Amino acid sequence: MVEKKYKFISQPRHPSENRRFVAGRGNFVADIDRPNMLHVAPLSSHYPAAIINNIDISEAMMMDGVIDVITGAEIGAAIQPLMNGLDTPKVQRFPLAVNRVRYAGEWVCAVVAESRAIAEDALEKIIIDATPQPFVLDAEEALLPSSPPVHPEHGSNILLDRKFVWGTVGEDFVNAEHNLSFSVIWGRNSTVPIETFGVVAEWNGWDNILDVWASVQMPKYSDQIARCLNLPGNAVRVHYDVDVGGSYGVKRGIKHATLIGYIARKLGRPIRFIEDRLENMRAGDAHGPERKFNVEVAFESDGNVRSMRMRALDNAGAYAGRAPFQLGKPISAIVGPYQINSVSYHAISVTSNKTVQEAVRGFGQAPTNYAIETAMDRVASFLKMDRLALRQRNLIRSDQFPYLIPSGSTYDSGDYHAVIDKVLAAADYKTLLVKRDHLRDEGMMAGIGIAACLEPSGGNSSFEPLLNEANKTSTWMESCQINVDGLGHLTARIHTTSSGQGHETLVSTVLGEVLEIDPSNIRITRPNSLESLPGNSPVGSRMAIMLGGAAARSAEKLKAKLIKIAAHSLGIDAEKLTYAGGNVLAPDGRKHTWQDAVELAHRQFHNLPEGMDPGLAAFDIMQVPTGNALPVDGKVHMYPCYSFEFHLVLLAFDPVIGRPEIHSYTVGHDCGTVINPAIVSGMTYGGIAHGIGAALLEEFAYDPNGQLMTQSFLDYLMPSSHEVPPIQIVKHCTPSPHTVFGQKGSGESGYLGSPAAISSAINDAVSALDIRFEKLPIRMSAISDAIANKSA
Amino acid sequence: MIQVSIEVNGKTVTAEVEPRLTLLDFIRDVAGLKGTHAGCEHGVCGACTVLVEGNAIRSCLVLAVQADEQEVISIEGVGGDLGRSGELSIVQDAFCEAHGLQCGYCTPGMVLVAEALLADTPNPTEGDIREAISGNICRCTGYVQIVEAVMLAADRLANRNYKSKPGQPSDQTLG
Amino acid sequence: MKPVNFDYERPRTIDEACELLASNSNARILAGGQSLIPMLSMRLSRPSLLIDIAHIKDLSEIVATDTHIEIGAMVRQAVAKNAKMIQEYIPLLSKALHHVGHPPTRARGTIGGSIAHADPSAEIALVAVTLGAEITYRVGDDDHMFDATEFFIGPMLTVAPPDGCLVKVGFPKTSKICGTGFYEVAPRRSDYALASAAAQINFDSKGAAKTIRVGVGSIGDFPERLDVDHLLNTDLNDESIIATVKTAITEIETVDDLHASAEYRKRVAAHLAVKALQTARDEVREAPAK
Repeated sequence: MVEKKYKFISQPRHPSENRRFVAGRGNFVADIDRPNMLHVAPLSSHYPAAIINNIDISEAMMMDGVIDVITGAEIGAAIQPLMNGLDTPKVQRFPLAVNRVRYAGEWVCAVVAESRAIAEDALEKIIIDATPQPFVLDAEEALLPSSPPVHPEHGSNILLDRKFVWGTVGEDFVNAEHNLSFSVIWGRNSTVPIETFGVVAEWNGWDNILDVWASVQMPKYSDQIARCLNLPGNAVRVHYDVDVGGSYGVKRGIKHATLIGYIARKLGRPIRFIEDRLENMRAGDAHGPERKFNVEVAFESDGNVRSMRMRALDNAGAYAGRAPFQLGKPISAIVGPYQINSVSYHAISVTSNKTVQEAVRGFGQAPTNYAIETAMDRVASFLKMDRLALRQRNLIRSDQFPYLIPSGSTYDSGDYHAVIDKVLAAADYKTLLVKRDHLRDEGMMAGIGIAACLEPSGGNSSFEPLLNEANKTSTWMESCQINVDGLGHLTARIHTTSSGQGHETLVSTVLGEVLEIDPSNIRITRPNSLESLPGNSPVGSRMAIMLGGAAARSAEKLKAKLIKIAAHSLGIDAEKLTYAGGNVLAPDGRKHTWQDAVELAHRQFHNLPEGMDPGLAAFDIMQVPTGNALPVDGKVHMYPCYSFEFHLVLLAFDPVIGRPEIHSYTVGHDCGTVINPAIVSGMTYGGIAHGIGAALLEEFAYDPNGQLMTQSFLDYLMPSSHEVPPIQIVKHCTPSPHTVFGQKGSGESGYLGSPAAISSAINDAVSALDIRFEKLPIRMSAISDAIANKSA
Repeated sequence: MIQVSIEVNGKTVTAEVEPRLTLLDFIRDVAGLKGTHAGCEHGVCGACTVLVEGNAIRSCLVLAVQADEQEVISIEGVGGDLGRSGELSIVQDAFCEAHGLQCGYCTPGMVLVAEALLADTPNPTEGDIREAISGNICRCTGYVQIVEAVMLAADRLANRNYKSKPGQPSDQTLG
Repeated sequence: MKPVNFDYERPRTIDEACELLASNSNARILAGGQSLIPMLSMRLSRPSLLIDIAHIKDLSEIVATDTHIEIGAMVRQAVAKNAKMIQEYIPLLSKALHHVGHPPTRARGTIGGSIAHADPSAEIALVAVTLGAEITYRVGDDDHMFDATEFFIGPMLTVAPPDGCLVKVGFPKTSKICGTGFYEVAPRRSDYALASAAAQINFDSKGAAKTIRVGVGSIGDFPERLDVDHLLNTDLNDESIIATVKTAITEIETVDDLHASAEYRKRVAAHLAVKALQTARDEVREAPAK
């Protein structure tokens, strides 16, 4: 397929959002000051599990500057429980612990005071009388009937236990020449934005409206707040002009918003709650998956992988939320980029006395890719085959698209072999092998890591009805509104917050492309939820596809109107006219300009075609492409587009010190047509940095007493500029047939394959010693200890 | 309460403060300048970086009372003449051009450490840049385009013929 | 994450600071604040009075005596890092200072603050122990001097008098011919180290080793010196260095945490101590005498 030439799309354009941020003029939630505002600090439980007997707030209430102390009992009686993704009605969650605490750090009550410092002073005066209860931290233990239930009302710790068999798994295992099994563990980590979650809420009793400013990236946030607070949907106004200081999935803060909304209504004053870092790490509902995989693969001597059995056990933490669905998204790419004939998948999510899990970049795809790629390395090792050749043999070929995978999704397009060839050339693979051997000769442990994986994109969450039969959602839309003002300038409205992905640039670029006008002159606004059309926020790498799609379709509607006006004005059939550069041209050389249309549409109704409404406005509410059905027989088509990444890493470490240093990092990336190259590259670099953290450094680790050991940035280690190497991105473009410009998603790129690639490289480095690292993160001391044990 | 006078971006801000107030909270809540961001409040992430007496420091690790009678430059004091909005310093402009940011939250701190680096080291190597920004955590960019931005800024600063310091009227009007 | 409320004083003299210390049993000295302020913010430190010594001029001086370089308690790490006198006479400290925090924390953090804070992984404390620095506290009108090798007794614990104010740290000057080595290992380059080692070899004019000092840090409750005097009788070949360090380090107690096992710390500290000694040796063997 030949790439189309565009005037603005795929061209180097500076993201328009950047100027306000470099000047420190972003509008983050902590920057919002409301008159007479009060501040909140929550009291965190020290117990991982306890029954609350009594909370004595009397001394705190007497302190100067303290306005109120809200307890779980109070809020539990006043509002509806937070939404569960699964059909688990007895697993109830409120913003504060009601009667029972279920993890260390859980918020037990909240002090409202004139300043945050006073609120913290008052926390120290609250006396909690609680009886500690037995608790469970490990997911396998939580599965046992004898384990202490986190929610006794629910009866067990099992939130989800579903087995899927797609295709002839039993037969394929019997017929295949070989099989092997292994297990790997993806440690609990997260994307940990530098801005914590924050929310400001203000109740206006005269208009009966709750204004909410929040650092949020969350589908249907205002609906959820309204439902919890027993308010009409149109009584909650979430302001989308708030800039979000990084989200990558986790900025969902529904418990925060309901708590602060409740207090704002109760007290009639604006309330601000900005998590401090400890609150964020312990109880911000922002941990990612913690997942154990048991994998079996059946394969032939020639390297063809026939079938896979995967058991994925995820530790969801203390409450259900939406996190268990992170076991669902990977179903849409359960075979990765490979031709695997059949798969069985056993998805289990359990509660434990750990912090609540939330959506994290990739929504469960990165751990699953790590398991699949480990399987590829293991098969190659078993067969003594080259890891690269094994992958090349199993990859879906470009002539096989559209490609239906066993679990029901159809991959749209791709040329995986071409991407890999480009990466091998760009990284000079042969020289890389020589370098690795040279490093080994010098006494270093050196390894090459390989990972190929998919980024399902477009955000059609059919895993919800798949995993929860009570859920009949198939609508997953996004929208855009545009208007040309009386002076001829175009303004577009988008209906989500900014968290770094450059949506404003995306929309102006797309509008400029379709309407053939300079994107720099297009204004993008982000109004509040009441002035917005429906949308589902940037989840599942969907905005290029969905917001870009809705913007393009709006622009097409406007263009059609411009042509109709011109046809009428010029007295020529619309079909004979051409549109160019914002103007409409007749075959005879006459030109009906943009400004002519503005004049007619805004001021000369009498010259508009009969029946046409005045003005130059359009909007579009777009359903996700290919998303049109509920699951049948445990199968469903999910995402419309599948981006591809191929990672190739050379790293090395001293066998005593064990600290991996990345010598070379090349990633091939095909996300179809790229709207803005700098933005896509940036997200890919950043995703790889997240992956380096997940692979080597970052973990929310608990001690045996259920206490989070990594609750500050002194212990939760995120890669700095020293740990992220220069990265070479090799671009390839296989346009998607399902989108306007052939674009696919890229917001989760990099992260989806880099942990697998780094694990692969470390395991390659120690392969001669017969050592295998089967858990992420792979800490330097674990590397050194394993080598020392082998040599001893 | 203790009275402090801190010169923030050339303007003296005097207030009675609790000794426990950090310089970060002073800049944000007393001086009302919101471009200095709280990231961790325990001195690791660098989002709250400002210049005190010309040195890049973490404002969450300084009490306002310690900065009494000192000169502070926050992100709002970088850039062109403070009175004219919309002007950017060469470093800020380079961050825009190289897309050395995404969500914008760590960006003011990054810009300030870059300004401080380039004031001392006009021709930095990539290693110098990585060292200078190593105390500032960015979760969006993987640092690649930040390093490119600082390189670009260094090139542009090297090719101009008039030097200014952050917080002072820049040479932008000289073209 | 806001500190508890406290009073704040800004004395102009050491005497004034000591009077304030004596007046309040829950007073703490504030120097650069780079370690103390995070502890305040997390309410792990809850003083009722903070005594800010940044305005005591004497404490910001670096003075050379016949035998020592005396660094005032308020000398900022960035200043020390660039100080010619320190580069010339305490090259080991110069090397270590490159590893301390980041440029922004070095701009505020002080030599004295780091010593008084007694973090087990602190580089400056390791150098002080390795070289046998003299740590001077003022209590009332009296100066009390402590040998760094006996000063640190636990994580964040020292034998410092509770009502004393750290005044200066005196590091012995190197001999004319001297080699140094400093290494540390951390998950990220500027993290608290998992293991660190410092070495200094003073040579006589004939090129024979006069004194050999090696210390290891970050692996136990406080930095400790290794007994490597045995090496004085050798020609400092690799085998002797490795064997001597290996023997000496068995005596050191190491700690275990999430980031590294106790075995790792000991193994890597030994590795780094060997490297530090080799570097110290090779500096002299390659470089001409001063």
